[in-house]
Amino acid sequence: MVSQGLRDKKGRPVVVITGMGIVSPLGTGKADNWKRLTAGESGIRSITRFSTEGLRTTIAGAVDHVYEDGMVSSELSEKLARLAGTEAIEESGISKGNFPGPFFLAFPPLEIEWSQRYALAAASGANEKIEYADLVRVANKPEFSSFYEASKYGVVPERLAEHFGTKGSPISLTTACASGATAIQLGVEAIQRGECEAALAIGADGSITAESVVRFSLLSALSTNNATPQGASRPFSKNRDGFVLAEGAGAVVLESYDHAVARGAKILAVVEGCGEKADNFHRTRSSPDGKPVISCMRRALDDAGVTADDVDYINAHGTSTPENDKMEYLGVSTVFGERLKDIPISSNKSMIGHTLTAAGAIEAVVSALTILNQRIPPTINYQVPDPAIPLDVVPNVARDAKVKRIISNSFGFGGQNTCLVITGEPA
Amino acid sequence: MSDRHDVWITGVGLVSALGEGLDQHWDKLMAGGTPPYDDKTFAPHITFPVGPIEYDAQIPKRDQRQMEAWQRIGVYAAGLALTDAGIAKNAEILDKTDMIVAAGGGERDVAVDTAILTDLRGQEKRDAFVNERLMSDLRPTLFLAQLPNLLAGNISLVHGVVGSSRTFMGEEASGADALNIAHARIAAGQSDICLVGGAYNGTRWDLVLLFSLGAPLLEAPFKPVWDRGPKGALALAAMGAFVVLESREHAEKRGAKPIAKLSQVLSNRNPRKPGDTAETLLSEWKSVEKSVKRDSAVVISGASGAEPATSEERKVLSEIGLPVRATTTYIGNGMEAQFLANIAIGCQAVRKGTLFPAAGSGDTGTAPAGGISQAVVTSVGHWRGEGLALIERVG
Repeated sequence: MVSQGLRDKKGRPVVVITGMGIVSPLGTGKADNWKRLTAGESGIRSITRFSTEGLRTTIAGAVDHVYEDGMVSSELSEKLARLAGTEAIEESGISKGNFPGPFFLAFPPLEIEWSQRYALAAASGANEKIEYADLVRVANKPEFSSFYEASKYGVVPERLAEHFGTKGSPISLTTACASGATAIQLGVEAIQRGECEAALAIGADGSITAESVVRFSLLSALSTNNATPQGASRPFSKNRDGFVLAEGAGAVVLESYDHAVARGAKILAVVEGCGEKADNFHRTRSSPDGKPVISCMRRALDDAGVTADDVDYINAHGTSTPENDKMEYLGVSTVFGERLKDIPISSNKSMIGHTLTAAGAIEAVVSALTILNQRIPPTINYQVPDPAIPLDVVPNVARDAKVKRIISNSFGFGGQNTCLVITGEPA
Repeated sequence: MSDRHDVWITGVGLVSALGEGLDQHWDKLMAGGTPPYDDKTFAPHITFPVGPIEYDAQIPKRDQRQMEAWQRIGVYAAGLALTDAGIAKNAEILDKTDMIVAAGGGERDVAVDTAILTDLRGQEKRDAFVNERLMSDLRPTLFLAQLPNLLAGNISLVHGVVGSSRTFMGEEASGADALNIAHARIAAGQSDICLVGGAYNGTRWDLVLLFSLGAPLLEAPFKPVWDRGPKGALALAAMGAFVVLESREHAEKRGAKPIAKLSQVLSNRNPRKPGDTAETLLSEWKSVEKSVKRDSAVVISGASGAEPATSEERKVLSEIGLPVRATTTYIGNGMEAQFLANIAIGCQAVRKGTLFPAAGSGDTGTAPAGGISQAVVTSVGHWRGEGLALIERVG
């Protein structure tokens, strides 16, 4: 059977968003998040979930309104994914528990955590030096069985697939800070291939622990502006000093345009194009010539069948690290040239912080909200512009604007970059 | 996207306890005998370490220092596959070569963990103590050896594969998913060429601990996967396996010869109620059955040794009635890398036209007299995930 439905410029089924969900340190749900994002509020606070004594960074965008006492990272991340996924599916009007397509989940890597290691060490009764063999000896006690599923990568996607009733093997993935965007790209591609009419893409990350703070600190990636948490994430500012770890989730229901129209669904946005390009310069640093991210943006525009002239707003990766923001400026100035001074570019991370695995999905949701509301969330904490990277960052205050097409950037550690081109409902 | 492209396997790289490269693997498999397991390092648990590998041949020393063993194994195996496909160091092709890697987490610093746990006793401020020790004792670069996506990152750095880079997680199923998505993208014209694979190092205390929490690990004496009793058991292994997938058109244009054609890949899940695994596997078989030539096809099974999944797979394979060999008996459980390792061995079975000796009660039949033209490769995860692929001789 040949489908006669709406095709894009490359002859592929048009892929639309019909449901969206979001959780961030600013709150749960689109309404709350949008209100706070456009009010320029910060979700960054001093960390209270665990002792920060001895840590260099003591602030984060933790989702304290979602966290429950004793949760480990996998449990919190799963809860975030459920909240965002449920909001998205409810909005789409697709029946609960029987999602008619595959599931792509951007999710943080998991490990046994210190609280669990303490419990095992205590149970081992070892008197001298504690070795892993001592922990292994007591590991099969029934009281530790929950540790197993909490640390296996396949468990959360499996539970969520069962919960949402998605089809096929659930795919959990990581492309570092680009993961959320990659999840959406995988869903878009599956619909374009004609394998399915709908796909669920979620990016979720609730993995702030003392050890995760330590790890990023040791790479000198985090802001140490502990005295003023709400002012710590300062993308594109001259005094930016690193990103702020955060937690959250973004979810989208993707559908072919025809499928959405046939069931009378409201179309929220179109994912017009996706681009990706890997970088082989360094494990944590982007190529200083910006070539991979330039290529990534161009591939996304080309995939969408549009040019740089057709973009009205850039949803920046904008992490607030000295290096990323400089490199992103180099990238956008090369891709957009002279027009860049007329294109607003703002960073949601100035308010939310960097939700790592979830960021690409959260920012895709915010991009769609930006188009739906014709209003651009600001880059807050922009008090000291960096003259080396002159950009219209929509400083500090949200702005009403005609926004038809957005490019959303996500660039990750390990050289993994993904860009999405998002537009409003097809005319 | 109704344009379908044939998907060829044009390069294979494999490292396991049996050695490196398909020929070494095949020679050792054909020789039969006792599998190369280790029952001492993690006694009483049995593991399958990789043999000595000359990493310098594929990975500069300064890069090796930035990686842990699971990444070195993977980067090395990826290099073997790129070399086998004839695209190693070919910047023009590598610039557009896509990549999907199946990966778990990297190793912890066991010495730091155990020193902290030991010194923690009697500390009043437990959390503060751990914070300070982690800040001073953890190597900054260890994080990069722990992130799953940094296997792909290292492959980009060392081998220059930069078309795109995606990492799938989730034990055995992620390997089947990676092959499935790469195959679907090439068949649909979304990609011309893709490096797909995974690596795992199960010979680590932190993973022995993880599995001890919930899955029985094999203890001496060694038994084949099919015969590990009603509770089943896994034997954690180190391995790396990569293949280069390519559209037939792309391969022919550059004069590359196919090792085999990857005709179909399926990857599914179920909640593993009794009988679920058998049902899913059987339905996957039904969708390839019409393409299978019964007189020249064999099954290369990815049975894990976990129960009841392994018994359910054996029942289905016995109904199908093709000759069966389970590779996990010989190379152990390599999780994310397992299915790709099995695909690699399936390629060699098709290329050589013969089968290695049976080991255990589920290995049945003998190689067809007229040679082997097809291999049905299964992946039944120890906890979740049922995958199946059909690979075929070309010409």
